[in-house]
Amino acid sequence: MGRKLLFDKAHIEGIRYYDVYRANGGYGSAEKALKSMSPEQVLDEVKKSGLRGRGGAGFPTGMKWSFIAKPEGVPRYLVCNADESEPGTFKDRYLMEFIPHLLIEGLLISSYTLGCNSCYIYIRGEYAWIPDILEEAIADAKKNGWLGKNIQGTGFDLEIYVQRGAGAYICGEETALIESLEGKRGNPRIKPPFPAVKGLWDCPTVVNNVETLATVVPILRIGGEEYAKYGTGKSTGTKLISACGNINKPGVYEIEMNISVEEFIYSDEYCGGIPNGKRLKACIPGGSSVPILPANLLLKTAKGEPRMMTYESLSDGGFATGTMLGSGGFIVLDEDQCIVKNTLTFARFYHHESCGQCSPCREGTGWMKRVLLNIENGKGKMSDIDLLWDIQRKIEGNTICPLGDAAAWPVAAAIRHFRDEFEWHVLHPEEATKRNYGLAHYADPLEIAAPAAV
Amino acid sequence: MAEEKKLFKVKIDNISVEVEPGTTILNAARQIGGDIVPPAMCYYSKLKGSGGKCRTCLVKVSKGSDADPRPMPKLVASCRTTVMDGMEVANITSPEVLEARKGVVEFLLLNHPLDCPVCDQAGECHLQDLSYEHGADSTRYEFKRRTFDRVDIGDKIQLHMTRCILCYRCVFTADQLTEKREHGVLGRGEAAEIGTYIQQSLDNNFIGNVIDVCPVGALTDKTFRFKNRVWFLKPVDAHRECSDPKCCGKVALWMRGDEVFRVTARKDKYGEVEEWICDTCRFDKKEVKDWVIEGPRKVERQSVISQGHYVGVHKPKDTLVEVLDGRQPKLLLDIHNISEVNKPTVDLSKINGPAHSDDFNKK
Ligand SMILES: Cc1cc2nc3c(=O)[nH]c(=O)nc-3n(C[C@H](O)[C@H](O)[C@H](O)COP(=O)(O)O)c2cc1C
Ligand code: SF4
Ligand code: SF4
Ligand code: FES
Repeated sequence: MGRKLLFDKAHIEGIRYYDVYRANGGYGSAEKALKSMSPEQVLDEVKKSGLRGRGGAGFPTGMKWSFIAKPEGVPRYLVCNADESEPGTFKDRYLMEFIPHLLIEGLLISSYTLGCNSCYIYIRGEYAWIPDILEEAIADAKKNGWLGKNIQGTGFDLEIYVQRGAGAYICGEETALIESLEGKRGNPRIKPPFPAVKGLWDCPTVVNNVETLATVVPILRIGGEEYAKYGTGKSTGTKLISACGNINKPGVYEIEMNISVEEFIYSDEYCGGIPNGKRLKACIPGGSSVPILPANLLLKTAKGEPRMMTYESLSDGGFATGTMLGSGGFIVLDEDQCIVKNTLTFARFYHHESCGQCSPCREGTGWMKRVLLNIENGKGKMSDIDLLWDIQRKIEGNTICPLGDAAAWPVAAAIRHFRDEFEWHVLHPEEATKRNYGLAHYADPLEIAAPAAV
Repeated sequence: MAEEKKLFKVKIDNISVEVEPGTTILNAARQIGGDIVPPAMCYYSKLKGSGGKCRTCLVKVSKGSDADPRPMPKLVASCRTTVMDGMEVANITSPEVLEARKGVVEFLLLNHPLDCPVCDQAGECHLQDLSYEHGADSTRYEFKRRTFDRVDIGDKIQLHMTRCILCYRCVFTADQLTEKREHGVLGRGEAAEIGTYIQQSLDNNFIGNVIDVCPVGALTDKTFRFKNRVWFLKPVDAHRECSDPKCCGKVALWMRGDEVFRVTARKDKYGEVEEWICDTCRFDKKEVKDWVIEGPRKVERQSVISQGHYVGVHKPKDTLVEVLDGRQPKLLLDIHNISEVNKPTVDLSKINGPAHSDDFNKK
């Protein structure tokens, strides 16, 4: 059994409620931090832990926290990113739903460390029932003196507010999230300035993922050094992985970052293998935006070593032979899955979710989607494959925020590793048309809605 | 003695310039001037917070600074990236930049109709210039284009959303210049559009400035639309005592003979408004007597407008004669002698149907 730090008490009946959480050692880390440690000491523990942000980019959390500007008389804010809209990623949802106090305790410790007196949880609109769970937990924590004024007599004040998003993927991007929180259109800001200097209401702000903030609790419980002994190399600790696709046991797993991808897919403790004895074709290990890897590159790195569930191992060799751990949305595809259809599905998503601020993403995502739709429906040309490659190349790296990259990478990787499947669609239009994957009736909304007037 | 301000040395396309800290790469390039100035479709120096969106001004930073000489990993938007001391930037000398820009032009033209012959912005359109300078001669896009129904947004301004490239300039203008925010961007992604709040009309005494900032023909002046092509008009500097304290009263009148066809703010060589004008000056003062004429306006942009430019006109030397060592060119057909159409005595309406070569052969 892998060691667990976040879900270690998840099985306890009623852990969602304050009394049970507290009776099982809950708020112990907060007590330790607030009563016996200075903010600098907490920061030091987080740095020692080697914790990397769990929202996707994997930036070291301790370093991110140390960047926060501290001008006199200006409030600082902590924002918890609970927008979780990356297709394939659904780990934060379980954490908030089943152990909400773990997040609240994490927010308390983190706010204390950063010197924030207000903290916001920005939660995805579609998680309609979770804000109520969080509000209830916040009220209970407050009743028991863990929030509000003069927390546990330490002189530290903190309020946590829950803000529901309207359901836009782009609002998970930290600066778009801040805009949305300010009541504006969720358009990413142009950086610099970074949120650490000018964030929410132009004040220094840290935006962290739910899992990142919750992880601060076990780090303080066992100490940064001990935490760093979990996992391996530059990937310390444990990570929540939401596994889905063609596996026997979809779900959210807490893994210690020292297991191999093969073990994760095939062992009974985790995904339990692929249904009906089918073969593994490919996997998107970090949420829909990360490059897809074919089976031969997925289980072994370019050097022939076993591929591990770590930041370094998954990205080994760059995008030519590797991918990213991303947010941990692990999507497995068996031999029956169509890569073109899969790529089209994601392309539709990114096209729909582009905020429309910058030209390459606004125009390019729709173009890629339409070309893919043609290929998938047996109306593609050979030159369309090169065209797709060229479009993604002109989007990647040229946009304001990484949504443009997120739209480009899956297309690039699919063509790089599965070009023959694209060619098959072009060469066998009739067979391609016959395979009804439920998309046959999907028409481009633009085709339907285009009004006559020019 | 006041302490001397340290200036930052920057090299753009191998040309050095010293600029104040905080200057953007684009503005540093503008200080040098000429071809190395990156194009800008969304940045507008007079509008706070503008820029960064269209991605036409992308450049390559091949050296970050003297302190940290590493190149920047990606192309950056020069309008929003400030210079560092010792920075080296490649604009037109970088094939990567030109390639990326060609891509941006192609993206912008996917959903921007190339109806320049009928568009009222022809001759003043930045996208037209941009695609001429950086685009490809054809598009690879073969799908239906995004179109919009026409929306009435008031009696003075025409919004033609189909032509909009979502540069946000008009939004910033409305936000920063007028008393109330009346319009903005609705919808997202490709479906994003400029719209007014529940189809209100734009009627604010400064809202006319959105017409001047629009880089394409999406926002046009209803009092001028289709009355003339800009290159047939003479731009003339003029001013009046305007009672609105926010209005500078200094304008360009676009005239033909004594008729004032259009009033706009004066623009600098980057096509940016120098000082804002109010709607009264723009829409209601269309008589010569309303204005004190200062003199002809210098048209700086290399635009088609300069074709009709009449300041300092001098007849070019008859180069053909020069090349032919003084011999006159031999005319194969002198239309002036052959065609009666050119004779003032001929009544054109008497010629049957559209003019045909046979008509000229009758002699
Ligand atoms: C388009 C887009 C969507 C994102 N969505 C999320 C999200 O839903 N949740 C999240 O934690 N981070 C998301 N991110 C990453 C955040 O911008 C940010 O990096 C993260 O919240 C930082 O937290 P961390 O340092 O704890 O990882 C997204 C980024 C982009 C570009
Ligand atoms: S990359 Fe896409 S989502 Fe990001 S700012 Fe540009 S248009 Fe918006
Ligand atoms: S209407 Fe013109 S100024 Fe406004 S966003 Fe569109 S292109 Fe820009
Ligand atoms: S002018 Fe710089 S991005 Fe538009």
